[in-house]
Amino acid sequence: MGDKKLMKGNEAFAEAAIRSGCDAYFGYPITPQSEVMEYLAVQQPEKRTGMVLLQAESEVAAINMVYGAAGTGKRVMTSSSSPGISLKQEGVSYLCGSQLPCLILNVMRGGPGLGTIQPSQADYFQATKGGGHGDYRMIVLAPASVQEMADFVKLGFELAFKYRNPVTMLSDGIIGQMMEKVEMFPQQARFTEFDQSWATTGKTADRERNIITSLDLDPARHERHNIMLQAKYQKMRENEVRYEAIQCDDADYIMVAYGSCARICQKSMNLLRAKGIKAGLIRPITLFPFPSEILAEKAPRLNGILTVELSAGQMIEDVRLAVDGKVKVALHNRMGGMVPSPEDVVDAMIKSFSIK
Amino acid sequence: MEDKNSLYAQIVSPENLVYRKTPLMTEKPLSFCPGCGHGVAHRVIMEVIEEMGIQAETIGVAPVGCSVLAYEFMNIDMQQASHGRAPAVATGIKRCWPEKFVFTYQGDGDLAAIGTAETIHACNRGENIAIFFVNNGIYGMTGGQMAPTTLPGMRSSTTPYGRDVALMGNPLKITELVAMLPGTYMVARHSVHTPLAVRKFKKAARQAFENQKLNKGVSFIEVVSNCNSGWKMTPNDANKWMEQNMFPFFPPGDIKINGEMVTKTAKAE
Repeated sequence: MGDKKLMKGNEAFAEAAIRSGCDAYFGYPITPQSEVMEYLAVQQPEKRTGMVLLQAESEVAAINMVYGAAGTGKRVMTSSSSPGISLKQEGVSYLCGSQLPCLILNVMRGGPGLGTIQPSQADYFQATKGGGHGDYRMIVLAPASVQEMADFVKLGFELAFKYRNPVTMLSDGIIGQMMEKVEMFPQQARFTEFDQSWATTGKTADRERNIITSLDLDPARHERHNIMLQAKYQKMRENEVRYEAIQCDDADYIMVAYGSCARICQKSMNLLRAKGIKAGLIRPITLFPFPSEILAEKAPRLNGILTVELSAGQMIEDVRLAVDGKVKVALHNRMGGMVPSPEDVVDAMIKSFSIK
Repeated sequence: MEDKNSLYAQIVSPENLVYRKTPLMTEKPLSFCPGCGHGVAHRVIMEVIEEMGIQAETIGVAPVGCSVLAYEFMNIDMQQASHGRAPAVATGIKRCWPEKFVFTYQGDGDLAAIGTAETIHACNRGENIAIFFVNNGIYGMTGGQMAPTTLPGMRSSTTPYGRDVALMGNPLKITELVAMLPGTYMVARHSVHTPLAVRKFKKAARQAFENQKLNKGVSFIEVVSNCNSGWKMTPNDANKWMEQNMFPFFPPGDIKINGEMVTKTAKAE
């Protein structure tokens, strides 16, 4: 049985981390996610569960602490916001190359550069297409509520260990900062029983030494490593697609939106239906793997798809790939920290598809 | 087959051996250039771990540069770090395994250039780890470019006319710098080019691991070494050059013992 609390998204994430039995958090403050570490500091997780909490000297150091700690086989995490996540990308590439599990939260803000501290979704490409160097992917979970900020911590750790790969939670300044009722799952035990066969636990006489590395100077062997990694990402595509389809069965028009935009589009959908326009909403919960199949299946029966994004239009590329030209796909977007109203989205839908 | 009673057979029989390779070095032949100090430094650290019986409790971190292949040779659990980040990686490991022994093995470009921030902050936090810093004043693996520790006037592939401090800045004495931080418990500078130097380094390396039992903070040991390829010298000439030119700038000796500065060598030059 859980308990109900009124919390900020960032706080719910932090509380869920402690309750999910997380072993260590390494971070660096940046708006709009600083409440994560502030909340953890108040909670004294070292006393509550023995969880390690450390403020690093930089995002670069934080992700490398995560990399080291993840190498011990423990449950570790970090959080940051867009410019900080950019600094972490090298470490993320190493985590993927070395096949280490961890949870990374990005509470996105406007960019590029220092940008703004207001919400944005402009890190979609970075999160879903690689971000750092080399061919790698991560499962990307997109919470749309404070409840999901909590629930996806547990899910994220499960998926990270299932695939021995980092998992990113791609949130934004609205979801991180807003307060909602959240039902918090009960405290779980720290992650003491785990498969240590690959981790740096100290070489004992009964096993070979464990080496955590992404380096292999033999190109033939390294290619095999890459092929194996790609097969793993393919398994994620086959098994881990998550989405929510709202009133899509009779829909003539579908909106595709994630995170805070999905919340806005839900209202827009009701406004459109009140006007007699049969609108539905598909909310990707995993941005990688992307719910392409459901979109491909719906496309031939639709009059139009509108993607709504807080970016110049990044997810729209995945939507277009999914529908393969079978239906017109239009974009309604705001950038740099601006957020559309539900009415803006309704107007965009009517204009984009010349709905009478 | 060799006669069992031959002189050779007697010499190599296990009971007559006076020296053997520590089993904590793997069978893989070292890929370092002939005469390079890395191989000796590797061996000494592994001998210490063997003698202390802590193989099953030790985790090493080696980042980029010539150190990157340490895990090929050291028969312990290891993690490879990106360039400069070993102290942060070691921090993550040690915080998760506070009861285990954790060390980093880094070169000068790694520790004193790209990883300066991680080095200083891990030392300042007093992470309970050992840091081994092999300083040969040049970037070995990338082909002999200038390092933060390249001496004034010293030639490298990016200072082909010698390091001009007016243009390229001064060599960084990061070992003296970290000695000033309250988080370091032991700071020393050694070398591995003579049997005596090797013994002194080994004693210090042992102390670095013993210190972790005391939970007092960072043990930081610089090993001034040669880079025959980068310096374009024979091993003998390189060692002579090292004594004549590197030692005046990077003098061997203790800098901080048991958290206390040894004032004689701590003075800024």
